[in-house]
Order: sequence, then structure tokens, then C-alpha cells
Amino acid sequence: MSLDAPQGHIGFTLNGAEITVPADSTARLSEVLREVAGAKDVKIGCNAGDCGACTVLVDGAPVCACLMAAGQVQGHIVETQSGLAAEDPHARRLVRSFQRHQAAQCGICTPGMMVSAVALLRSGTALSEESVADALGGVLCRCTGYRKIVAAVLDASGTEPLTEGGVGAPIARLDGGPKLSGEERFGDDVAPADALTVRVIRSPYHRAGFRFGELEAFREANGLDLILTAADIPGENRFGVIPGFEDQPVFAEGETRFKGEAVAAVVGTQEALDAMAAFPVVWEERPAILTPEGAESAAQLHQSRAENVMCRGYVARGDADAALKGAAHVVSGRFSTGFIEHGYIEPEAASAHRVGDRIEISCCTQAPYMNRDGLATIMGLAPEAVRILPTAVGGGFGSKLDLTAQPYVALAAWHLNRPARITYTRTESISTSTKRHPSDMVMEIGADADGRIVGARFDGVFNTGAYASWGPTVANRVPIHASGPYRTPNYQAKSAGIHTNTSPAGAFRGFGVPQSAVAQEQLYDMLAERLGLDRLEFRRRNCLTNGDPTVTGQVFETGMGIDACLDALKPHWDRAQAEVAAFNASHEDRKRGIGVAAGWYGCGNTSMSNPSTIRAGVTPKGTLMLHQGAVDIGQGSNTVITQIFAEALGVPVSAVTRVGPDTDITPDAGKTSASRQTYISGNAARLCGAALRAQILRLGNVSDAAEIAFTEEGILLTDGGTTVRVELPPGAPYALEAIESYDPPTTPLDPNGQGDPYAVFGTAAQICELEVDLALGTVKLRRIVAAHDVGKAINPLLVEGQIEGGVAQGIGMALMEEFLPGRTENLHDYLIPTIGDVPPIDTLLVESGDAHGPYGAKGLGEHCLIPTAPAVLNAIAHATGARIHHLPATPDKIRAAILSGTT
Amino acid sequence: MPLHRPDTLDAALALMGRGGAQALGGGTDLYPALRDGVPPAELVDLTGVAELRGMTREAEGWRIGGATTWSALLRADLPPLFDGLKAAAREVGSVQIQNAGTVAGNLCNASPAADGVPALLALDAEVGLASAAGTRRLPLAEFITGPRATLLVPGEILTEIYIPGAKGCGAFLKLGARKYLVISIAMVAAVIEVEAGRIARARIAVGACAPVARRLPDLEAGLRGKSVAELSEILRDYPFPELAPIGDVRAPAAYRDDAVRTLVARAITTAMEQEAAHVA
Repeated sequence: MSLDAPQGHIGFTLNGAEITVPADSTARLSEVLREVAGAKDVKIGCNAGDCGACTVLVDGAPVCACLMAAGQVQGHIVETQSGLAAEDPHARRLVRSFQRHQAAQCGICTPGMMVSAVALLRSGTALSEESVADALGGVLCRCTGYRKIVAAVLDASGTEPLTEGGVGAPIARLDGGPKLSGEERFGDDVAPADALTVRVIRSPYHRAGFRFGELEAFREANGLDLILTAADIPGENRFGVIPGFEDQPVFAEGETRFKGEAVAAVVGTQEALDAMAAFPVVWEERPAILTPEGAESAAQLHQSRAENVMCRGYVARGDADAALKGAAHVVSGRFSTGFIEHGYIEPEAASAHRVGDRIEISCCTQAPYMNRDGLATIMGLAPEAVRILPTAVGGGFGSKLDLTAQPYVALAAWHLNRPARITYTRTESISTSTKRHPSDMVMEIGADADGRIVGARFDGVFNTGAYASWGPTVANRVPIHASGPYRTPNYQAKSAGIHTNTSPAGAFRGFGVPQSAVAQEQLYDMLAERLGLDRLEFRRRNCLTNGDPTVTGQVFETGMGIDACLDALKPHWDRAQAEVAAFNASHEDRKRGIGVAAGWYGCGNTSMSNPSTIRAGVTPKGTLMLHQGAVDIGQGSNTVITQIFAEALGVPVSAVTRVGPDTDITPDAGKTSASRQTYISGNAARLCGAALRAQILRLGNVSDAAEIAFTEEGILLTDGGTTVRVELPPGAPYALEAIESYDPPTTPLDPNGQGDPYAVFGTAAQICELEVDLALGTVKLRRIVAAHDVGKAINPLLVEGQIEGGVAQGIGMALMEEFLPGRTENLHDYLIPTIGDVPPIDTLLVESGDAHGPYGAKGLGEHCLIPTAPAVLNAIAHATGARIHHLPATPDKIRAAILSGTT
Repeated sequence: MPLHRPDTLDAALALMGRGGAQALGGGTDLYPALRDGVPPAELVDLTGVAELRGMTREAEGWRIGGATTWSALLRADLPPLFDGLKAAAREVGSVQIQNAGTVAGNLCNASPAADGVPALLALDAEVGLASAAGTRRLPLAEFITGPRATLLVPGEILTEIYIPGAKGCGAFLKLGARKYLVISIAMVAAVIEVEAGRIARARIAVGACAPVARRLPDLEAGLRGKSVAELSEILRDYPFPELAPIGDVRAPAAYRDDAVRTLVARAITTAMEQEAAHVA
């Protein structure tokens, strides 16, 4: 070798600089790049080549850095996102194009996407959707649905400037810059260099008793700094998210309730952990239940929950039994869905350090204040003694609401008074994080001879796993939503959350509603067929309109826009009908089909207070600061909240400097969940902007019509042709300050579930066009048309991004995703859609306004995915006559249904 | 130094012959197999060994150096006989995997779902093995003996793959539940030689439907002299005695049984159509 580096060192060119770093030459290149060479822009998502986040160029060719021995780059040229974005002309064009198209949402896959795209552009290959997909097919994205990434690469040489403007303008993400330059810092990226590493010892069995050996002797023999067990918890060994349901221990005591449950943690240097002997624990496997079937007679998981029932939900209106008996047409069916994994590309990560009698935790989270309060209970500290510093979040979708990695580092840092870090492995993430609830649903729907719904009955059993997590929310939400956005005068819906020995099922985009929509929307198709009615027309005839009571008796006098969504689909439906008929007339072995489905979702907590607070201030020097604590997990709250605030204040977004999130400096904007940030935190931002505006105008003694300008000379107010400069009063840190809160007006539900559970509902309807290979049962999606009533699109570009990403998750739910405990604990056995699995998506925005939303905006996050799976399933049935009752509709199930003629 | 990077075969064999070291190609199987464990103490990187690189036309056929990456294979100028192998190369993981993963690595890893194996079996590939004790040459069909099991002995390196020259055109079909980055439910490679519109010689191999990928010799014999029109009847009646599919997280056994019939028919048809196109 001519380019030998000193013993124990590796020399290579990293982003144009020749470097020599001390490293183990068989270590994964990704580890050496991140931990030794400081290239934190190289992301690690799976350590198996399944996600492509760690893609770097070695001598110009994209490779997964996690699969390469570091020593193999000795003497070679390595390029990463940050180097490319700074220097490479193709990458610099891609940065601008990714911003224009909002091709980065959370940003965790962006390095892999951009590096792969640079290789494609350098190759000179003609750009087409196919060549882009082939080049980027090795990188998984869970946020965007890929469409905007494809568009951005195709438009890499475009020169259109970025849009500017306030509410309603499709401006680029305000936090997009670091995501595209490689400077963004996610959960693991901020771990202090001197931090000790924590590794969790987990149950290898679904249920097991366990006994530790000599822990102190083991610790000493292996050079560990600390071993943590339940005995080391200063506060309470339990956490949870719903009051009264805090049932999950940090470390199991006596028995583990699911495979992967923690019993202990070891803390030491990375070298000590790598060399550590087998942890001294003896397991005693015990009988376990993995599905609700038989759970009532199985060993009880929690003492207070008889027959393993966590809780039930119930909504009743009118007389469902009588209505169904008297209905001209009744359809019924049983449908089921499996565990769905969130599949964010960034695994859970946290680091902590102790500052005197306080503990500070950096982590990727959706719920900083809930994390703070939960940790305070575990640590036996006052909430104010815990500081949560949210990092950028590489995808959340509900699972990063719950505490995961945070307690381990908090305990380690607290006891050792040294920084501690942990990042979950992919297997650890999939096997222990919360999941979408598996569902087993029976539903019956009746219509009169004119095709009007007269009644519906729903009974859903949800596997909530070993601990409650957000299970009560699912149990409560489903009966309210299982009617779909349709007039259903007689209705009875029951739900039950059942404990089993599996990872806890919790929050996942839609909280049970995507599952119930699978049953209800498929039955709607069956009912339309029975009636001989067009499926879109049947839905249009029955959808809620302004003034109609919902199944909880709530009446919206304005803003119920599902009729407009269905109307918006009509021309696309007619076009697709004709195209499908023409294709099917001339093809035998492949058949096309179209499906439609609708969905609705109430924004915010169900009949519970969930306020947001936003704070803003002007420094004595005239700088405008916005304390924005609504965590942006890629959905865009940093941008949307700022747009709303700036609009209310009457300044351009460029005048605003964002601060936070940080529980020490940003007030509680609640959790990023339940499609609540645009609506609730957005309203707080609107109120805050308006309050600050009033203060400023008062100081200048000008009218409400005055224009505010933050300039280098200070704040200038222009009113009726005169401009005055505002004299700011002294003050620290702010000369002017406003803090405003908003809490949605809801009412409690009575025993029949009647009341106003949400102030705002968003609605949506989608069409799926697809083709089925009859002999193999494989599905090729051709197009999704998505009509969404968002009330008012604060940022249409970000709205499209949410819709496309939600649709992609719906596609995964429909066609390929199922977590099988103990079996699909990686990203090659648990499949999520790739860039080649998401077809073109046409977004049709409906803006029906809203009585409560800021500028009429509703929430959107969950709505996007609710109609997708049933639309896909209805299209499969249309194409083949085969009705899939049990998800996912994998090729084998579709083929079997075709062969058996199931309908 | 735990990672050795020899540039000659002799040096590589000497290192492997000492025992204890593991061979490293593109790392695309070795590192995932560690799960999240630490790398082996000693690795011999074979990607820099001159004798293991490149593809050459020889008197009897072609030689593919063991350390040839799938991307290099895709860039090579090869006749239609190799169309199936190239199609398989495009299905190996992703571009990232194809840029690093090697042909020899795919064979030595001996996954029942290895994308490269059916196409190479259909080409009657042989593997060249070398150790300090000498060299030997084995049919690929004998080399892989079971899931993750081969005849490679400690200290031995798979140095090259030989493909005998032949007429005909290859095709490869992979069935999975998504477009990219997918492990096969089933896959079929076919190499078909056509004379006067009829099958003169058919070589067909199926992957992911038995502990190791298998050729279908009885079917191949039955196809001789047949036309496309007769395919469906022959396949309908063929019992596929060579296969023993299992059910796993990707699909139940019955589906593999069913789908493989369609895949075989389509692979043959594709190969014949491509052959016709090349001739035209």
C-alpha cells in the first residue's frame, strides 16, 4: 500500500480535505465518519443497508457507509452531504431545488437522498422519473411520500426563486437550510463527546420472569461505570401519557410483559460495552398471549384490569338495532389490521447531563413538556428541575410522544454526574417502541331504498399491547369517528383496548381512525353495489353538510367540507372510470380498478383541555423573537406558526427570529400530535402576534391600520402616509413581550358519547387508481387524487407535503406493512414503501374555512392517511372482484382472494 | 492490524491461510450479519486483489473476477445471454449495494434469496476456488449446499466465476412486495435458445423456493422443441419436484407454489421475446 497511514489510523480525503484519523479499520465507516471525523451529517438509520440514510460517495460512487469497513477508504475520496452542499455545483442546485419543492420534511433521509442525487446528476444520465427513482431507490423516506423529492431532482437545474409571503403563501420551510446543508442536528448528533454510553438489557421473551446474578461483581469485572435497575430509580418506576394510565415501568420488576422490555441498563465507555461479557441475568420464559383472542382468560397483565381489558369506548345515538332491522339494505363484515411500525428513519436517541440539582436531556421528541413531567416523576424531581432540549426530530408520527430512551440517560447522568448518551438500534427501536393498534372490527351498515344511511353498528377490539400508552385515546376516538364523515342517525359503536404480551400500541397518525375507516369505507362500497349506485354518488348523498349532527350530536354550522371534497373528485372519478373501462376491455391478465374513500378527524384532544402557549418579545435593540415550542417533526410547524404569527403582527416572516424549543425558554405549546399544532398553537401564535401588534401600535399612538416595519433604525410605523419610530421602553430580556394561550372549546361526552368532543374536524376524500396482475396478485398504483378540506391552507406547499406523506403511509398500511413481534424487527423484513411504490399524487385543496381555526385553518396531519388504505382496497375490489378483509393486502392475499372469488 | 488489504492473490491466500481471518468483499452481507455487534477481529479485504477483478472473454466462455461488483457487471459489454444476469444485478438491494457488493460475496453468503444465484445457475456457472493448497473448479450448483452453506473451506477464496459460451438470451424476474430494496418472495432466471421459433435449449432456475436456488432439469427437457403457444399447458402440468417452498414473513408456501408457475412462464417468454428482438 502506497498510502499507508500510521498504525491504528486511516488516511483519506473527506470533502476535499486530506485527513488522518485514529480508527479501528474494521469499524463501520459510518461510525468513524460520525464519531471520529465529526461528519454528523452522515445519518445512521439501520446499520444494515436497508435505509440508505448513511449514503456517502466513495470515489464518486454512492455506498452505504454502515456496510463498509473504515479501512477500505484508506487512500480514497469520501464525500458527504455537508461537503457536497458547500462545494459541489450539482449539490448546490439540489439544495435550492429541494427548498423550492419542500423535498425535505424532517430531514433525516435528506443526506442519503441528496448524495444519491448528486451521483445521478454527475453521471449525466438523462433525467426521468424512472432514472431518478432508480438512483434514489436505496434511500427510504417516511415523511414526504417521495413525490417532492423526485420533483426536486428533476428540477435541479430550475431557477425559479423561492416564494415569499404570509398566510396562504407556499413559502419554503424556514428551517430547511440546515436540513439541506447537513448542519441539522438530530437526537444522536448532539451527544457530548465525553458522554458515557448506556445500553439497555431487554427481555428476549414475550413474557418472562428473571433473576440477576452478581451485578456489582459483573460491573467491576467488565470495567463498567454503572448498572441501573429498578432499585436505582429515585422517584417512581412508572410512566405513561394518559392520567390514570401511567402503568409502564422504566425497568421491569419481577416479570417482563413483552419481548424487548427493559430490565436493566449498563453504562460505560463504548469500548467497555463492546467488550462486555454476557449480562448476568437468568430468564424464565412464561406463557404469553400475543393477540386479544383468549386474553380474557389469560394471566392478567395489570392487577386492576380484569380480563385484560384496558378500557372501552362507546358512542350511541338513536336506535341502531331498530334502524338496521328496518333497513332496505344491510351489509356487514369483519375486518382486521395488524401492528404498524412508525418506521421513522431516525431511531430514538437521547443524551443527558446533570447541572447541580437539575437534569438536562437532549432528545428527539414530539412532547417536550410531557417528557419533562414524566421524567420528573421518575427522577423524584420537581418538573422545573428537568429541562428538555428537543433536537431536530427525524420523524415521529406519534411514537416519539412517549418516553423511550430519555429515562435511561437521565438516571445514568444523575447517578454518575457525567454526561450519558444512548441511541437505539433499529431492532431495539422496532421491537420496543409503540405501534399502531392491531384491530379486529365487525361493522354493519344499513341504508333505505333511496340509498340513504339509516344506521350503523361497530364493534372494534384493539390490541393495546403490554402497557396503556395512548390506548385509551384510541378506544375513545374510534367510536366517535367510525361512522366516517356521514349522516348516521342511528348509531352504536363500541371499542375495547385489550392488553397482550406485545410492545405497547400507542399513538400513530390517526389514533385508530385509519383502522375503522378500513371497515366502514369498504362496507360503503359493498352497500353502493347492493343499491346499484355509483360509489362516489352514494358517498355524496350521505356525507355530512353544514347543520347536520354528527354521531355525537355535534353540529357544525360552517366548515363541514366533505361535500366539497367529494365534488372536487368528481371529474377525476369520471375520467378514471372511462380509462379503466377502456383498459379492462382489452386486457385479460391485468385489470385496473379505482376506489374512493373518505375520512374525517377531530383536531386536538378528545373532550379534554389541551392548550398551547406562544410567547414573543422585542429586545431593547428592536429584534423580534418568537418563542416557538411546537416541535417541528417535519410537518412544518416552525414555518406555519411563524407565518401565522407574522401575519397577525403584520410583518414579513423574515422579520421573525425563532427561539426554541426548550422547556426552559419556550412555553408549553403542547404535544405535536392529534393534528393540533396548526390549529391550537397556530391560534396561540395568532393571539400572541395580535397582542404584540396592539402594544406596538399603542406605543406609536397610531391606528389599527398602521404598517409595522422592523428595520435597522428600529421599529417604524407608517400610518396614513406618516412614519414614526417607536421608542422602545427599557426591559430585559424584552422591551415588549406578549404571551398568549389558546385551548379549543369542547364539551365532555355523556355516557352515550354525546357532546362536542372537538372544536374542529378536518375532512378528506381520495381516489386510488391501480392495476392488479391477476396471476401474481401484485398491485401497481397508478395515481392517487386527494381532496382535503384544510379550512385554509396557511402554506399550500407544506400542505401538499403532509398529504403526500400521509398517502404513502396509507399505501404501506394497505399493501405491505405488518409488525410481527419477534419476527419483523428490521427494515428488510418490515417493509415500508420505497420511492418506486408511491404513484403520482394530485392534491386538490378545499378551503371551507373554520369557525375556530387561525385564519380558518384546520389541522391536517392525520387526515392525509385515513382515506388511503380503504381507497386502495376498494380499487383492488373494483379491479378484481376480490375484497381484502385482513390487512395488509400482500400479493399472496390478493391472489388467494382472486382464486377463491371472495367478495 | 485487523483489516488486511492485500493486492495480490498470493498475499490474500497467505493471510487467509493463517486462519482466524474472515474474507471481506463489499461488506454488504458481512456487516448486516453482525446485527449490532462488533466487527470481527481480523478481516481480509479482497476488493483490492488484482486477480479477482474484471471480466474477460476466454476461449470457452467468460470469466468474472470474484470481486466484481454488481455495478461493474452492469456496465460491462456482454451479449444477450447475460441479460438475465444483468437484470438480476439491477435487483440486488439498491444502487448503494450494487456499488459495493461483489458477485463472489453473493455466492459465498449463500442466502436462499440471493439475487445472483438463479441467473448464474441458468448460465451453468462454475466457480473457481483458490487456497494455499491449490485451486479447484466446481459447478455453482454443487458449490452451494444449503442455506448459508457452501463447499468453501477455511482459508479458501472464491476467485472467479466461469460462464460457458452459449447462444440464447437470458431473462430474470423477481417477485417482491415492493419496488426497491426487497427480498424475493420468489425469482426465476431463464436462458433460452430459440431455433425456428421453437425452444432449442432452455435453462431455468428458481430462487427463494427451496433451501438453495434450483435448476428445473425435467422442465427444461420437456420444453425442448416447444413453441410459446405450448408453454402454458406444459407449465400447468409440471409438478416442480425440484422446489420445496416454505412459508415465512414474506409469503406462505402455497403462494410461492402458485406464483412460480407464472414467473417461469413469463421468464421464458421474456427471454424468447428478447432473443427475437436481438435477432431482428
